[in-house]
Formats: sequence, C-alpha cells, structure tokens
Amino acid sequence: MINNQDLAQENISIEIKLLLEAIYLKYGHDFRNYSQAHLKRRILHRLMLSNINSISEMQYKVLHEPEFMQEILTDFSINVTEMFRDPAFYLTMRKDVLPVLQTYPYIKIWHAGCSTGEEVYSMAILLEEEGLLDKTLIYATDNNETVLKVAKKAEYTTDNLKNYQKNYEKSGGKGKLSDYYEEKGSIIKFDPRFRKRIVFSEHNLVTDNVFTEVHMIICRNVLIYFNRRLQNRVIKLFHDSLMEEGILGIGSKESVDYSRFGDAFEHINKNRKIYIKKSSIDE
Amino acid sequence: MTNYELVVIGASAGGMNALKEILSNLDRDFAYPIVAVQHVAPDSENYLVEYLDEYSNLNVREASEKQRILPYHVYFAPPNYHLLVEEDKTFSLTVSEKVNYSRPSIDVSFETAALAYKERIIGILLTGASQDGAKGMQMLHTLKGMTIVQDPRTASVPVMPQAAINLVSVDYKLPLEEIAPFLNTLSRTHAGRKEQEG
Repeated sequence: MINNQDLAQENISIEIKLLLEAIYLKYGHDFRNYSQAHLKRRILHRLMLSNINSISEMQYKVLHEPEFMQEILTDFSINVTEMFRDPAFYLTMRKDVLPVLQTYPYIKIWHAGCSTGEEVYSMAILLEEEGLLDKTLIYATDNNETVLKVAKKAEYTTDNLKNYQKNYEKSGGKGKLSDYYEEKGSIIKFDPRFRKRIVFSEHNLVTDNVFTEVHMIICRNVLIYFNRRLQNRVIKLFHDSLMEEGILGIGSKESVDYSRFGDAFEHINKNRKIYIKKSSIDE
Repeated sequence: MTNYELVVIGASAGGMNALKEILSNLDRDFAYPIVAVQHVAPDSENYLVEYLDEYSNLNVREASEKQRILPYHVYFAPPNYHLLVEEDKTFSLTVSEKVNYSRPSIDVSFETAALAYKERIIGILLTGASQDGAKGMQMLHTLKGMTIVQDPRTASVPVMPQAAINLVSVDYKLPLEEIAPFLNTLSRTHAGRKEQEG
C-alpha cells in the first residue's frame, strides 16, 4: 500500500521511469514510450493490492522475481476486443475496401496487435462472404504469446455471442454468424477453413522491424497506447510494410494525420480511419 | 490560495440536463479547461457534445488522444473509451476493461487528472445511478484538490453524489444551480490575480 504523501510527490514519476527502464534492461519488454497515465494507473493499482510500499520496492521485486514480472505484464496489457468491433468499420471494409483488394490475384493482410483473434476471424468471415478468402493470407501478430494461444484455438465462450451477432448484422453480414462456427456447450469454435488462411505469430511493434510486404494492414486501438515518438516509428513501419496503394485501417479514435508521415497516407474514409498509402517517405 | 488549472466533471443518469445547466452558465472567459465524463452507450454518436456546444460559451468538443488541454475548452470522453490525463497536460485514450461497468469511467479520468494536476484541480461529481466517480473524488481529495458534489437533494438521481459523500469528506455540497456561479467566482479571482501578477 502506497502512502498518500508519496502519491503527491514527483517521486512517483521518477520511480515509474526507473521501473520501466529496469523491466526493459532485464526482460526486454519496452514500455518506455507508452503513454504514461495508463501505466501509472495500473502500477498504483498493483501497489494498492499488494503489500509493497513503493514503486522502488516494486522494481526490486520485478528484478528478482520473474513470476512477478508476468503479473505486471498482465496488468499492462489490454486485450479487450470483440467480433466485428465497431461494425461500421467492417461495413466500410466490405463496401469500399474489399472491392479494391479484389483486383489483386492474391491478397496479403497483416493484422498487427490481434490480441485473442476475434477481429481476425471477423475479417476472415468478411473475406469469405465477399468471395476472397481462398486467395487471401492473413498474418496475425501480437507481442503477447498468451493471447496468441487463444487466437490459434479459434474457440470462444458464448458469453458475448448476442453482441457479436448484433455486430455481425450491423457490419452488413450476408448470412448468420452461426453459419461459421460450431457450438458445443458454452464454447463456439470457428470453422477450420478460416484458421487455414491465418498465420499467427509473435511480433513486437516496439522493437521488431518490417514483418512482410502486404496489401493491407489492420491495427486497431494499439497506437493509442504509444507516445508520439513511438507512434511515428510504428506508422513508418506500416508504411514500409505496405505495397503502393496499400490500405491501412486503424482504430476509430486514432489518426496518422499528426504523425511525421501524415502526408504519406490519404483517407479512404475519414470517419472509419481507413487510409491508402500514397508514396514513399522521403528519408 | 491555490492556483487551479483544471476542472473535471463526472455525470451519469440525468447528466445531460445537469451539464447543460453548468456549461451554459460559465463565463465566456472561464479560466480553467474542463474535462467531462458523461456515461453514454458504447455506440453513441456523442450528439451530447454538439448539443452542449450550442448552449455553452466555451468550446465543447470530444477529446482526442495526444490533444493538448487548453483553456476555454470542454473536453468530453469519447463513447467506449476511457479518457486519461497525462502529466504533460495532454490526453490519452484506452479501451481497457470497463470500470464500475462503465467505459468511459469517471474514476479513470479523475484519478489520472488528480495525479497529473495534484492540488491544482477542481473535481465535480453530478447526478447518477452509479458508484463511479467516488474513488476518483477520493484521489482528488488525497492529493489536496478541491472536491464538489451536486447536493444529492437537487440531483435527478442522487446515488452517485451520495456515494462520493459516503467515501470522502467533500469540500462543497452545492445545489446544481449554484455550481456554475461558484466556478465563475473562482475563475474571476484567478484572472484578477493573474492581472496583478502580470
């Protein structure tokens, strides 16, 4: 439990910087260029729940107890997602983007920060309904191997199924969501034909480089956790990974406009944050 | 006397009218930026922002990530995102888990704003059926910020301000219509002091 005086002091900002540096040096997880308020909030919550008295003490624990590091990693990461999240995004994909991709003999898509995979299967269903799945390969990456394990299984609980069905309909779904999965008790499993078109693998946007050259990149609600510097890095990485006139789809409250590479992209749909790559960045 | 630099407002059920009462009665040159969280449905188009902009002398907007927090503006949390205040006086957004069944959550904005602005902040909790905001008020209080709740007797739903009163010894409990005049007085004092200094 942290005391109130400590909360009021500048010390906690210094201690958090040191903690993030320690995590990076010891484990290679680089949170140094993440937005700070979110991390700070999570760190303080962890302190309140534990019998640790200060962030400096927490740093000692992180360095000496790898199990504790795992807890911190779970605290820091955000894996909130759902099928057809923001249905309007998928509707725009269906109407305005897939007709463009359809002109290619084969399609490569990179879904960066795919979390537990719900949105990857959503895209696969969309591709299936537009007759493009068989010529598409989706590379779905995340830096967290735990969520990738979930994604690979293609199994989800039925808890949110009603919401998923509603989203699917709003996204312009042509059939029923239940056409695409098998339900067993409280679990749904998506048809193996989707899984076959998806390659899941670990990739860290903060530290890794160009993954592969693709026609479209989807990366939603990941950039919001990064500071401007890191956003610039990642947007450049996306630019370098896209073919000419490749498509970039990001979260509805994210933007590339204010990044150093804003000029390198053009809106396809401003409200849905879908962009097309214009030209090479002048180095 | 404290130099305030930010006002944070949280509202839930009944909040639209309460926010309208406050925002429409603040001075045109009201000195402090305002960060507001109103519980809304995740797929809301945030019509609330346009509506309140019409009635207010201030610029009422939806907050964007990395945006710098400036005076004469009221920044609303976007539907389905938590709005966080950074130490460098910018915003960030997250889609992390709901807090008190809510995203945006008042606690998330209040706690991060308190940590960023310390004692230089005024927190106001209005009508609502939720427990959200009480912990945020506690953090504001701990860090010596000013805490104001709408007098539950004047709230269309008293649960939320009452929850804060139960948890924190708040600085002021004001009837709705007295909140804007109270803030205007603080702001004018602030402006007067600035002139003297300047």
